[in-house]
Parts: sequence; C-alpha cells; structure tokens
Amino acid sequence: MILVGFAIVLWIATWALNVWLANGAHADTRLVRFALPVIFGLTLIAMWELIVRGMDVSMVILPAPSVIAARFVQEIPILWADFVQTFIKGALSGYIIGCSAAMLMAVLVDRSDFLRRGLLPVGNFMAALPIVGTAPILVMWFGFDWQSKAAVVVVMVFFPMLVNTVAGLREATVMQRDLMHTYAASPTQSLLKLRLPAALPFIFNGLKVSTTLALVGAIVAEFFGSPVVGMGFRISISVGQLALDMVWAEIVVAALAGSAFYGLIAFFERRLTFWHPSQH
Amino acid sequence: MRNLLPILTVICAILALWYGAAVLMNSTWTKQQAERAGIELTTGQVLAASFGQDRPKLPMPDQVAREMWNTTGAKVLEGKALSKRSLIFHSWITLSATLMGFAIGTFAGILLAVGIVHSRAMDMSVMPWAIVSQTIPIIAIAPMIIVVLYSIGVQGTLPKAIISAYLSFFPVVVGMVKGLRAPDHMQLDLLRTYSASKGQTFWKLRLPASLPYLFASLKIAMGASLIGAIVGELPTGAVRGLGARLLAGSYYGQTIQIWSALLAAAVLAALLVATISLVERVTLKRMGLTR
Repeated sequence: MILVGFAIVLWIATWALNVWLANGAHADTRLVRFALPVIFGLTLIAMWELIVRGMDVSMVILPAPSVIAARFVQEIPILWADFVQTFIKGALSGYIIGCSAAMLMAVLVDRSDFLRRGLLPVGNFMAALPIVGTAPILVMWFGFDWQSKAAVVVVMVFFPMLVNTVAGLREATVMQRDLMHTYAASPTQSLLKLRLPAALPFIFNGLKVSTTLALVGAIVAEFFGSPVVGMGFRISISVGQLALDMVWAEIVVAALAGSAFYGLIAFFERRLTFWHPSQH
Repeated sequence: MRNLLPILTVICAILALWYGAAVLMNSTWTKQQAERAGIELTTGQVLAASFGQDRPKLPMPDQVAREMWNTTGAKVLEGKALSKRSLIFHSWITLSATLMGFAIGTFAGILLAVGIVHSRAMDMSVMPWAIVSQTIPIIAIAPMIIVVLYSIGVQGTLPKAIISAYLSFFPVVVGMVKGLRAPDHMQLDLLRTYSASKGQTFWKLRLPASLPYLFASLKIAMGASLIGAIVGELPTGAVRGLGARLLAGSYYGQTIQIWSALLAAAVLAALLVATISLVERVTLKRMGLTR
C-alpha cells in the first residue's frame, strides 16, 4: 500500500512540475517542449511499476515494466529474428511492392479522365474496408511464410496509396500546366518536372498512413498461420502460455519499429517537400 | 451522376478480372485431378469444371453471392434470421462490439481533446504521445487484452469493444483537438469583447466549429473500430462473429465462407460510414456549415 501511495504522490508532484513548466516563462523553449512529454511518459511507467508491485498484481494480468525490460534484454536474439521475419521480410517488402504498384497505377490512370472518375470512388470505398480480412485467403494462397504476409501488406497499402497519388497528380494548377505547355514540354516531362513534385505532399501522406497499415497487416496475417518465427506468431503463442512479459516485449518492438518507420518517412518528407506550407 | 458510368465500368472490369483469375486458379486443381485419373480434358470441360467447385481456390462472384443470399435473405424467409448459420447473426455480434467500442472510444476521445485544448500542461505532455501512438500497430495488443480480461472474468462483447474503443480513441483525439482549435483569433477576440466566459466560448464557438473535424475523424474511427472488433474475435477461437467466421473458414478451407464473411464485413463498413456521412450532411446543413 505504501508503494501505491508513493505512486499517487509521484503523480501529483510531476503533474505539478509539468503545469509549472508549461505555464512558466520558458514554456516555448525547445528543452521544455521536449522535457514535458518525457516527464509524463516516465511518470506513467514509474506509476505502473509502483502500483503493480504495491498491489501485487499477478504476472498473468500485468507484468511490471522492469520485468518486461529484463525479458526484452534476455530475449534479444528471438526478438531480432521475429523482427526480421515480420518487419523486414513481410511488412517492408509488401510496403515497397504495394506503394510502387499503386503509384504506377495512379500515373497510368491519370492519363484518362474517364478511368480516374471511375477508379477514385471505388478506391476510396476500398480504402475504408476492413481489408485485414483478406489475410486468411492470402495465407491460403501464398503459404505460411513471409510471402503471404507481404501479399496482405500489398493489398492493404494499395488503395490508400492509389487514392492519395491520384488526388496528388491533380494538384498542379491550370496556370502551371499551361506554363509547361508553352514550354512545349512532353507529357513525360510535365509529369516528371511538374506534376509528380506537386503531388509529393499527397504521396507522402499516403506513405505515412501506409507505414502503420503495413505493420498491422504483417502482424495480423501471422494470426492465421506462420512459420515458428515472427512477431504476430510470438504474440499469439506467448499469450497462450500466459507469458505476458514476452508479449509486452514484442509490443515494445512493434512500437519502436512502427514509430521509427514513420519517423523515417516523415524525415524524407521534410527534406523533399520543404516548399509546402504544411512543413513550416 | 456524372460519375456513374465510369464507376460501373470499373466495377465491371473488377468482376471480369475476378472471373478470369478464378478460372485460372481453379483450373489448376481440375487439371491435376484429370491428370491423376489419366483423362484428357478439353478446354471447354476445364472451363466448366472451374465453375461451381465445392472448395475453389478463388470462388466465383456468383458463388459468393449465392452463399450470401443463403445465409442472409433465405434465412429471413425461413424465419431463422438469428440462427447460428445466419450471417445476420454473426454480423450483429460483430456490430454490437463495434458500436459499443466506437461509443466508448469517441466519448473518451472527445473528453481528452477538451482537456488538451483547455490545459496547456496536458497539451504539451499528452499530445505528443497521442500522435506517436498512431504510428504504433496497436492491434498487436488485441490478443493480450482478450486473454487478460478473460482471466479476470470479463468475456463476451466487452473485451472486443475495448479493443475497438482503443483503436477509435486516438483518431478522435487528434481530429477533435484540431477542430476545437479551428476558430481563429478574430472569432475568439469577438467572444472576448462580448465578455463570454470560458464555458460559453466552448459551447458557442469551439464545439460548433469542431464538428466538421469531428465527423471526418469519426469516419476513420468507425473503420478502425470495425477492424478492432473483427481482429478481437481471432485469437480466442471465438465461435460467433465475422472474425470467427473468417477463422473457421480458414481452418476448414471453406473459401466461399471466408469470402462471404469478408463481403459482409465490407457491407457493414460501408453502411456504418454511410450512416455517419448522412448524419454529417444533415447536421452541417442545419448549421449552415456546408458551402
């Protein structure tokens, strides 16, 4: 009980600190902007640890962060193998194939106004569907290994990417197009020099949405069958063994991989679309 | 209406592709069977045999349509709309978890967004985590939630609803914060000259101004919520719900059943999003927010 009381005191103290920092004179400095979420996150983890220890919560319900961290360090080889199987082989290859196929398709569709008007609503509709559900079918077709996971990812990222790219290719204004026309630019030149660059903010939007979808697809597809390695496989097996510390360790890996992937795309976005108002 | 013809063309093209792919994929099996039996088949026979297989690799659209009718419309006519073989029953199980989770997630999301907009400390410490959490495949945690809740005696709709709520929570927070901040300085200053209180500013300016953003994120949240409910049915070997139909179909190789469950999920998603769009259009029109 003392530990729980301590957790509550800690919460009040750090929250008061955060309120003081946020309303203080230095609230707009970079350091404070960075420190506030970090303090908040660390407080949550500390409270989690204290409450789990203080109330003697069973391992089967919620393991303490220290237990999870210990398990994480201990199982790094297995976690790495799972990461390679699910992220590098499954999610990443599917992501690359799906996104490039969608962009290619968008460029082709863009040539015909008729096709675009037909495909855009259908694509929007498909992007809203629970496409994860195709996982059992694709696992049946492509087998248990990473190929089927990559296929699920391809299907999942294709439509959001297609819709975004098609919308982006419409972004160049009539004035700009006319300018290219007066330069006697060929359709290819106008595509490469005007319309693709103008579409970049939209393309990056699609790429960012797809990062999360790719990981979700690769993990969920493993619930329908996989070789004895992979993050989704490990999660479902460890849940069955009630080894929740291992499940949490995999979730940490998934969270790290997901935000790093997103961060990487966001980094390229900032480098390539520095001219767009949203980047200021 | 101008888009009707192109859309129909695209849909027809998809159906044609589907038939073509089905013939290609299913005929391999037919040919293998014929080879084993030592019979030579003509192309026409192969074609005919790839239609109407019991467990085709890729079912024909008409097979799926027939299965859908048999498990929905026909059951209604028999008066057994809620029997365990009816897709309506399974859809309802999934739908109830989806709606419950959606309601919890949206309510909590709006509450947190209001807190974030009114407290600078909350904004600076919670908001970055809300954004980061959107890049995390939260669905990975679904099996654990189900099992943990089961071990403390909670089962049925609630665990699935919690996963749905969790998935729909963050889009609502992010969209709603954006919406509550949508009023510009001029409008806020105007309310200050009226000496409006913080509460009045919230109810009369911020909340109405946030509605377009709210509806946009509600549509995303609804889709996420449905996915959460379906995935929530996977790990426990549940016997009811669309996710359970998918899992059972994949265990027993019942491809037609998988496709019909998938299509039912698609119809459900379309109906839910269409409902929100309708409410959106009516509300925004009454408020004079549509251009």
